[in-house]
Amino acid sequence: MKRYLARKLAIYLLTFFVAVTIDWAIPRLMPGDPVNGLIARLNADPTAAQEMHGYFTESFGLDEPLWKQYLNFWLGLLHGDLGPSIAYVGSSVSDLIREAVPYTLALLVPAIVLSYVAGNRVGALAARRKVLDNTALPISYVLTATPYMWLALVLAYVLAFRLEIFPVSGAYDFSLQPAWTWEFARSFLEHWFLPFLTLFLVSFGGWAIGMRNLIIYELEADYANYLQSLGAPDRLVRKYAYRNAVLPQMSGLALALGAVVGGALVTEIIFGYPGIGTLTITAIQNRDYFLLQGIFLFIIVGVLIANFIVDIAYVIVDPRTRTGLQGS
Amino acid sequence: MAAVDPQAESVVAGTVVAPGAEAALRRRSETFHFAFRNKKLVVGLGLLMFLLLVALVGPMLTDREPFEFYDALGQPPSSEHWLGTTAPGQDVYTQFVHGLRASFIVGAIAGCVAAAIAMAVGFAAGYFGGFVDDVLGILTNVVLVIPTIAVLIVVAAYLTVGSLVSEAVLIGVTSWPWAARAIRAQTFSLATREFVSLARLSGQGTWRIILREIAPNMSSYLFLAFILLFGGSILIAATLDFLGLGPSNVMSLGLMLNVAVSNSALQLEMWWWFLAPGIGITAIVAALYVMNVGLDEVFNPKLRKT
Repeated sequence: MKRYLARKLAIYLLTFFVAVTIDWAIPRLMPGDPVNGLIARLNADPTAAQEMHGYFTESFGLDEPLWKQYLNFWLGLLHGDLGPSIAYVGSSVSDLIREAVPYTLALLVPAIVLSYVAGNRVGALAARRKVLDNTALPISYVLTATPYMWLALVLAYVLAFRLEIFPVSGAYDFSLQPAWTWEFARSFLEHWFLPFLTLFLVSFGGWAIGMRNLIIYELEADYANYLQSLGAPDRLVRKYAYRNAVLPQMSGLALALGAVVGGALVTEIIFGYPGIGTLTITAIQNRDYFLLQGIFLFIIVGVLIANFIVDIAYVIVDPRTRTGLQGS
Repeated sequence: MAAVDPQAESVVAGTVVAPGAEAALRRRSETFHFAFRNKKLVVGLGLLMFLLLVALVGPMLTDREPFEFYDALGQPPSSEHWLGTTAPGQDVYTQFVHGLRASFIVGAIAGCVAAAIAMAVGFAAGYFGGFVDDVLGILTNVVLVIPTIAVLIVVAAYLTVGSLVSEAVLIGVTSWPWAARAIRAQTFSLATREFVSLARLSGQGTWRIILREIAPNMSSYLFLAFILLFGGSILIAATLDFLGLGPSNVMSLGLMLNVAVSNSALQLEMWWWFLAPGIGITAIVAALYVMNVGLDEVFNPKLRKT
């Protein structure tokens, strides 16, 4: 098991290295001088533009040779320093990301975990109950095919505009300041619910369908037939089927992360939720490539860490990886 | 998708043309028998064909253009404008049918590109194993963690307008990892079977073994993966268009949502503006997914009973 983990860790480090290198190259791959394009958008007068050009070129170290820029990027990265932002003048990229991340995580983590648990449960139940199979499953197909931003729009239109149950945008009421009070917590939860529900519903559909199909596959396997022929109770057979079906679902969790993160980005935009998504759209609109670079770095690191957690959980759940019988 | 057709193969085989073809024909009619009895497949395929028809014929039913402005500003659906008009006065129906067409084009191209890469990577990694497997595994991981948006922003900076094809190719190039992993696992288990060893002993070339011995044995699996890649690409394209990263001169369902949101269709309560494009995307993708499970049941006899 140690060898298995060491191997996994080495692959992750290598992946991280390659991904960071590509991320570093993004602003430098842009046509022309990245700083010039940014300043042109700010419509500053020529002397100010000259000074800003100098300031940004220096602060990004763009006048240095490429290999040194690359080393500096890694050094900055290890110190948590990603340079200044251009869209938000006066703020540093790492500060902006640090402020936005808690909001995005507050949406993503509960949505991923709860939809995974609930989807697997409902999917497993659907595989054995015809009624549920005929109701929950068609709904799941529609949910998993729904674009996140559109579901967000529909929920906002129905629940926020027409029925006025939930607030439309922001993370908390404008009259409040973030604080550990009941009033703030209530306002935060009210604003949090709709974007959370959007992410939850779309992911839920996918897990339910996956689990239902996997359970049906497993119940056709030899071990299930053998158990049944021995006269084992149905519940026991299903329990074993569920345990086996959970494994591919866990690998699926790692693969689905990218899509959920993308979903969170567009959902935040619809609800004006002050997380990474809103930051991304501002960065895109202002061509703030260095802010985008920071955001992608955060996403890359986040997805890698989540993948690693899934891998470790897999080792715990699947004893075969521990005894080295099976590599993947 | 070479050598998928069992009938074509037995015809090529030469000496056993007559009985081989007959058996293949019987097998095929059996597949069709189960295909038409499978409710999921019939519903999914029917809906998909209907949407394809709307995408093909719909634009011909109107002489309006998707980007053209008309006199009616922000009108709800009427006999004049079937799905209403946008706040600046564009016809929602015209935009919708053109957008549907764009979705099919992007999905088909991106699906093909992704399937081709996934097969190349999956076959190579699964068949050769060892070092090749490790390198391709890392490549797969890297593509998996790099957000598609990142690649598109760079490319969008070079192509000022962008085109449907370039968007589709980019989606294809970044969306193959899960399929490659699945194909790798399948190839891995097939590569150790006797008939593959026999082919190797008889001196057949590596790619010939992969294409003639391994691929046909998982052809249904490959087809299912392609359908999922097709649907997934449509969803990714919708997200990119919504973020304003798609082509700006081609009307797409995602671009409709983008314009609706940036013109506060939500605040103006103009539901007809944003309802249609979302229903279009959801319907295509759901039809593909339902069809996928239906086909799975047709190809896999074990699943038919339930």
